[in-house]
Amino acid sequence: MAGELNLCRERLEGALPRKVEEISGQNPYACYQCGKCSAGCLFADHMDVLPNQVIRLVQLGDEGVAAFRAPWVCAACLACAVRCPRGVDIGKVMEALRVLALRRGLTPAPLNLGERYPQIALVGAFRKFTP
Amino acid sequence: MKRVAYFPGCALKDQARGYEAGAKKALEVLGYELVELSRWNCCGTVYALAQDDLVRHLGPVRNLVRTQEMGLDQLVTLCAMCYGTLRRSQRFVEEDEERLSRIRAFMDEEQEYAGGVKVLHLLNLLRDEIGFEPLESKVTRPLEGLKVGAYYGCMLLRPRDVGVDDPDRPEVMERVLGALGATPVLFPERTECCGAYLTVARPDVVQARSERILASAKSSGADVVVTSCPLCQFNLENRRPAWAAGLPVVYLGEVLAWALVQGATVPEEIQARIGKPAEVKA
Amino acid sequence: MKKENTVTVFLMGKAYRVPAGLTIMKAMEYAGYRLVRGVGCRGGYCGACATVYRLPGDYRLYADLACQTTVQDGMYIAQLPFTPATRAPYRLEELAPQGETLLALYPELARCVACNTCTKACPQKLEVMDAVQQALRGDIAQVAELTFDCVSCGLCTMRCPAEIMHYHVWQLARRLHGAYQAPRSGHLADRVGQIRQGAFHGELDRLMAMGKDELAQAYKARDIEP
Ligand code: SF4
Ligand code: SF4
Ligand code: SF4
Ligand code: SF4
Ligand code: FES
Repeated sequence: MAGELNLCRERLEGALPRKVEEISGQNPYACYQCGKCSAGCLFADHMDVLPNQVIRLVQLGDEGVAAFRAPWVCAACLACAVRCPRGVDIGKVMEALRVLALRRGLTPAPLNLGERYPQIALVGAFRKFTP
Repeated sequence: MKRVAYFPGCALKDQARGYEAGAKKALEVLGYELVELSRWNCCGTVYALAQDDLVRHLGPVRNLVRTQEMGLDQLVTLCAMCYGTLRRSQRFVEEDEERLSRIRAFMDEEQEYAGGVKVLHLLNLLRDEIGFEPLESKVTRPLEGLKVGAYYGCMLLRPRDVGVDDPDRPEVMERVLGALGATPVLFPERTECCGAYLTVARPDVVQARSERILASAKSSGADVVVTSCPLCQFNLENRRPAWAAGLPVVYLGEVLAWALVQGATVPEEIQARIGKPAEVKA
Repeated sequence: MKKENTVTVFLMGKAYRVPAGLTIMKAMEYAGYRLVRGVGCRGGYCGACATVYRLPGDYRLYADLACQTTVQDGMYIAQLPFTPATRAPYRLEELAPQGETLLALYPELARCVACNTCTKACPQKLEVMDAVQQALRGDIAQVAELTFDCVSCGLCTMRCPAEIMHYHVWQLARRLHGAYQAPRSGHLADRVGQIRQGAFHGELDRLMAMGKDELAQAYKARDIEP
């Protein structure tokens, strides 16, 4: 994350927050950074940035958010969504970031298809990890 | 016998066959016949959270069309994932006229979806249509002495407007188990996610989650964990630590069958806890 | 030729006037194409002649077999002689006819979004999407049944947004069904027994000994089923 906080209009009204809002239907600027989402996220331990920080990066229009692993560790469990006092569905923001990356041809680490999985696991994983 | 349209989903035809068999027989005892859709599509398992990706809703909507073709307006699912996906897709396409018309235009080979098919989970059926008292009255083998931890996971409860119960303090599964004579035990992780499809990408993460969930159930005294999600069942059974070997994870349909269906096979370790079947009530 | 008996078709973008009533395949040959790929049986069985086309004033992309489809005026045509698809490596005798077998070898089946594009593309009018769904839930017998008439033309595979390799899956399902599920055919076993015992060796030896002309004569004089 940048050492200096650049809050110029171009950045705040930049492409990323608008794109995320369009895909997720969530207003990233509704978030006031209370951190409840991160506190309740069972997968935060495995994330490199916490869910509230992900939203913050989106607010700041920081395209670097695409490089973080957090959206690929998010299990779309929506525990954050039912907790957020501002009604932000962070799960949808995470999905928007996944979808944006996949549509740009960026893929997460390849799926581990060597094992036998039930359909339900494969269908879910393909839907979340492949374009 | 009331007929209701039934969407099984892939898992119920394969790895979770026992769930389907148990639930069908138990529902028959309760006066309901599950009539499987003649043709159905995979629901997609995970609901598409992106607003701009209508293609992901085609599978669910086709299933709603099949229900409509049968002249029915309720579609029952047993699987928690199918429930979440079908119910949310139904709401998503119906809440916006433009979305619905785009879906209709794309699926021009199908009968037009008129809207209004209500997607129900088995738990909705048990609570809202059948009721706990009638359920209790049909029990032939009360599961007395059996301590059951109801594991909800995510998709039965979240998001709030789709969940079958309060996402923070659900009670519907406990009420059902209580009606069957079992002792429900509440455990802190009962509404927390097992990691779902991450099992394919990050088995390490799912392993850590499964361990936490089973530890929570075990330390709360559960003899058995019950779920309605085949993915939870797979993760808890296949990513479980060795110490949790004696804690079976079974399907809601199986537990219903033990209590309601004459001649249902009850696993030995369960049979040992609940004792002999009671006299059949007239 | 009189104008009313001809139609204009666009082959790979270039206009040709061809006699009405020809099949797409014959029209291509009439226009001067010499087909070395994308042709085989000329009878709708081999699946080699997959073709896609559009008609004037219609947004749809149609797919069919060139040897079975009559040209229409204004048709825009392209040949698809082959659809790349990799067959998963397996040995049939090491596989079990279980639901998970198809999915283990072709996990991308799980990517189907139920768009039904495959069904619309199938020249054999198979319920391709339903077969994918049956494959996904592991019903091998149903897959074999639904895809019995597949000619492996690859059109479904080319059109599928989920990048599923249908025709290889169908072949595997039919093989599993034939090897493990379908009742054994008594006639087949009898005939295999006869072959093993050398009942046809004499005939074969006679053919092997023939010269080229003699062979040509014998070919012309062969019994043809009515
Ligand atoms: S809970 Fe809501 S408001 Fe609080 S940090 Fe998370 S997204 Fe922002
Ligand atoms: S939806 Fe994702 S970010 Fe939100 S609580 Fe679940 S895993 Fe964490
Ligand atoms: S199923 Fe696919 S490969 Fe087979 S005939 Fe139909 S379109 Fe061709
Ligand atoms: S074209 Fe592909 S994604 Fe569409 S229904 Fe057929 S198999 Fe499924
Ligand atoms: S050439 Fe064989 S099917 Fe057309």
